[in-house]
Amino acid sequence: MTAARLLFTKPWIWSFAATVIVWVVTVLFTGGASSLGLSQAALTFAAFSVIVGIGQMFVITLGPGNIDLSVPATMTLSGTLALKLMDVQDGMILVGLLTSILLGFAIGIGNYALIKLLRIPPIIATLSISFIVQSTAIWANRGLRIKPPEVLASFTTSSLFGIPNIAIVALILSVVAWVLLKKTIYGRWISAIGQSTFAARMTGIPVDGTRLVTYILCAVLASICGYLLASFSGGAALNMGSEYLLMSIAVVVIGGTAVAGGNSNIPGIWGASLFMFLVVSMLNTYGFGAGFRLILTGLIIIAVILVAGGRQSNR
Amino acid sequence: MPPHCPAQIIDDVFRMNEITARREMVAARGVKVTFGAVKALDGADLVIHCGECVGLVGHNGAGKSTIVNVINGSLNPHAGEVSYGGATAQHGISTARAKGVRCVFQELSLCPNLTVNENARVMHAELAGWNWRTRAVALVKQQLGEIFPGHGIDCDSTIDDLSIAERQMVEIAISFAGLNEKPKLVILDEPTSSLDAGLAAQLMAYIRKFVGEGGSVLLISHILGEILSTSDRIVVMKDGRVVADRSASEFSTRSLVEAMGNVVREQEWQRAVDKRDGAPVLAMPPRRGHGLAFQAHRGEMIGLAGLAGHGQTETLLDLYLSRNSNWWPARRKDIAFVAGDRSLNGIFPLWSILNNLSIASLGDISSRSIVDHDREGVLGNGWKKRIEIRTPDMENRILSLSGGNQQKVLFARALATTARIVLMDDPMRGVDVGTKQEVYDILRSEAATGRTFIWYSTEMDEIRLCDRVYVFREGAIVAELAGDEITEKNVLEASFSAGEAA
Amino acid sequence: MKISSGTIRLIIPAASLALLLAAVFYMQPRAMSYTGLNLLFNLAVPIALATVAQMLIMAVNDLDLSMGAFVSFCACVTATFLQASPAIGVLIFLGAIAAYAVIGVVIHVRELPSIVVTLGMSFVWGGLAVLMLPSPGGEAPIWARWLMTSRPPFVPMAIVASIVIAAVTHFVIMRSSVGVLIRGIGGNVRSVERAGWSVIRIRAGTYALAGFFAVLSGITLVGLTTSADANIALRYTLLSIAGVILGGGEFVGGKVSPIGAVIGALTLTLAGSFLSFMRISPDWQIGAQGAILIVVLALRLFLNRLEKREKGR
Repeated sequence: MTAARLLFTKPWIWSFAATVIVWVVTVLFTGGASSLGLSQAALTFAAFSVIVGIGQMFVITLGPGNIDLSVPATMTLSGTLALKLMDVQDGMILVGLLTSILLGFAIGIGNYALIKLLRIPPIIATLSISFIVQSTAIWANRGLRIKPPEVLASFTTSSLFGIPNIAIVALILSVVAWVLLKKTIYGRWISAIGQSTFAARMTGIPVDGTRLVTYILCAVLASICGYLLASFSGGAALNMGSEYLLMSIAVVVIGGTAVAGGNSNIPGIWGASLFMFLVVSMLNTYGFGAGFRLILTGLIIIAVILVAGGRQSNR
Repeated sequence: MPPHCPAQIIDDVFRMNEITARREMVAARGVKVTFGAVKALDGADLVIHCGECVGLVGHNGAGKSTIVNVINGSLNPHAGEVSYGGATAQHGISTARAKGVRCVFQELSLCPNLTVNENARVMHAELAGWNWRTRAVALVKQQLGEIFPGHGIDCDSTIDDLSIAERQMVEIAISFAGLNEKPKLVILDEPTSSLDAGLAAQLMAYIRKFVGEGGSVLLISHILGEILSTSDRIVVMKDGRVVADRSASEFSTRSLVEAMGNVVREQEWQRAVDKRDGAPVLAMPPRRGHGLAFQAHRGEMIGLAGLAGHGQTETLLDLYLSRNSNWWPARRKDIAFVAGDRSLNGIFPLWSILNNLSIASLGDISSRSIVDHDREGVLGNGWKKRIEIRTPDMENRILSLSGGNQQKVLFARALATTARIVLMDDPMRGVDVGTKQEVYDILRSEAATGRTFIWYSTEMDEIRLCDRVYVFREGAIVAELAGDEITEKNVLEASFSAGEAA
Repeated sequence: MKISSGTIRLIIPAASLALLLAAVFYMQPRAMSYTGLNLLFNLAVPIALATVAQMLIMAVNDLDLSMGAFVSFCACVTATFLQASPAIGVLIFLGAIAAYAVIGVVIHVRELPSIVVTLGMSFVWGGLAVLMLPSPGGEAPIWARWLMTSRPPFVPMAIVASIVIAAVTHFVIMRSSVGVLIRGIGGNVRSVERAGWSVIRIRAGTYALAGFFAVLSGITLVGLTTSADANIALRYTLLSIAGVILGGGEFVGGKVSPIGAVIGALTLTLAGSFLSFMRISPDWQIGAQGAILIVVLALRLFLNRLEKREKGR
């Protein structure tokens, strides 16, 4: 009884509850035939949202106004450059990954440099950077669509004991992120900054250093996600990141992370990511057109946030 | 005395006349308010008559703010009734305002992005219609001039561009102003917290004038002198109840403090010998090129005195930020800071008491950047006992504590670090007397172990506790007092320049 | 002479716009004509209206991520219902404005983050637009077409309209009582609440007003483009936010400037024209826009610093 009550005070429980309901409704329609395939597909596609979502969550935890809009452009450029560099050679897989990570580093530094030097809100700084990154991707992507190396492509599309490899990667990253958030000094620091930047500064927290690391972390995760997504889908496309702009924010918030900052929630990101994928596939199964699908997706997002409730009052 | 004795009847009639003459402005009777398990008000009575100034004193957590919120309509009591002008009315903010109740809150409640006249528009719904700006300016100007003659505030400037004292003056003026009719009751919650002595005196004089003209004032202040000299009647609250309600002339500072439930401790502080030996642990050249230089030695308790807002806080911030990187984590903490405005820049509201306490010393209780939960708990419990944080569980949220206890957590946060220098930015603002004494004792013992304290305080009693005092005026240090030179007279002399009329 | 901080907030965007305009004239002197100006600022009117709408939402410390989808929706309504049966079109618009008011109420009552609610609404508006116009099409109402292509003497329509928008919104938001209350909510909600105002009503009104300006944006957009599609204005979400910021507005604290917002929208439009004059390869068009955004913001910071130094003296 108390355990159940404790469970229901967790903000992420709602997104999981919604996920289960949507899953059941979809499976019921197909008479249970699709349950395994649907679950695997959900895990795979949710994994991509989870990876970018975690990065976005770290940034959002830094407090009001902190957001990274360069996520989609970073994903696109990372996927494009990595595939180009690897050039279908299996031996280059690690080099490609390393390049992606370095690219994320550079973009993260660029983002924070702009925020700090020009003293502009992150939303505008990351937006400006994303324009430049996107242009670079367009320029780099010219020519033929390059396939990923064979080994990498099969790794990203296969499963281990029925669980997609991508989902396992996302799970490992989630655990690392969870430890980072809940157990380390860094986790305490970003939460403190999110609640009151000035108070954080006056307790001796290196605020700028911590924020820089956070923006780098977000860009690196976006890069890794772009690398994996391009390999998974058999090549990089210029619009491959675009749906992740809204998605990365949506999964963080639906997952129960406080938009006001200071409070973050990793299990919720999983719930929200699975939920977002399942909603779309449910509507597809029921044969709704694109218009209805969009409307229902929107209404469900609003319904979830209404049920999950607003930010808790301070007292 | 026999029941029908003429003298008794005359006396009764006289009393009744007195009662009818002194009409009730507002009466709250048997009010109960609970927040969760906490009884904020437990059957409190507060009656304010027309034409009187009522002083309201009590600890933090005694229920002062709660009863103010009940009277001004923003809080619905769970039991009891509130009546305005003798008639029970519907409860709510608009009802209270319609009955002429105005409120000046402790935390400044103007819109910082609006101009003075626009703020007047927000506060006064009756300023509607064309040309309201001109009327708003006239209204505020006239009222400001009446309360604070010679203020020099431009009514077209944005609140952001004003100093804190000016903002408080504007807020007070807007609350006292009335377009069609003057307010009947003005509630002032710590109105002089940002005003210097001269402005505070002007305000107190105006309160007497306002009361003389038939208005009512509810004055809340921790400066007992203000309460004693300005109020007609003083109400003392404790634990959500009214424990004393008598004419102001029947109280003295001592009896007031006793009524609040605190025993005044005698000054038992003996100054040690001059500790200025060896190299200073902290030094700063004169600010902006004038005044005296700043120096602090090991084990010293240094006071920063002077009128509020004359550069003391800025000095502390400069000292702190110059020793603390914004980019790299410090290997060893050598300086700590205790914030004064705890809700704004001290506490982390989402966290537990324990996390709030340990945030500055995480480096000492972690290995390989992973925080050790057990060591954190030991640290927390140690300080809970040492500084007497009143909570059943250190895992409770920080906001479950009263203001004074939150402040103790901030002290513990700084003292728990390895820092040898502790900066304090008027940390005792709005803290009850009992808490203060407890903290003073701890500061003394810490100083004895060689810690250096640099303490900005607006209260003379605290300045007297220091070994050495720097007096600030207009952003610079103008005097240095040591040992027996630290007297109220010397500090005041240095705080006011010779050519200035205080 | 004491300059108010509001005035300073205006000088910086105006200077940025003037500088950009000078650069365009220097590169392409022929732009310095009636037709040239008309071409340069042609698309500014709908962007300016959307920016004003976004500014209203930002004045109460919220952010509308559905602005682009909503303007697209309005454009689709204009090109279909408003053109074919004006009465139904007007009813739809009234309903949409009411929906905006409801969103404002929901956000306020449930203390929800506006970003998420409007994020959800962006899907809803987008879906409705797709239902109405699954493929690009429709037709502009004749009067909208006439309004947007009319050629007043001496000054092109785009500039006249921008000035009118700036003047009207400046009066409503900076001078009127309603505007004071809207900005008051952004500055300090509790203060407005304690003064006895109904914050929920003001918020609903603010959202409705924003919805109204966004509707105008959709109508003027179709007046310019003659037809519509469901994705016609998706980039307006980010453009409108950038416009408010360029115009000196801030995300929190109710610090906004309608004149600045219109100037910001003009600057963004001009940046697009500027790039095509520079004959920049299409690959780098978006990137160059980002670079211009950065340069303008750097300029603003520089001027801000200069001004602060002056003040400090």
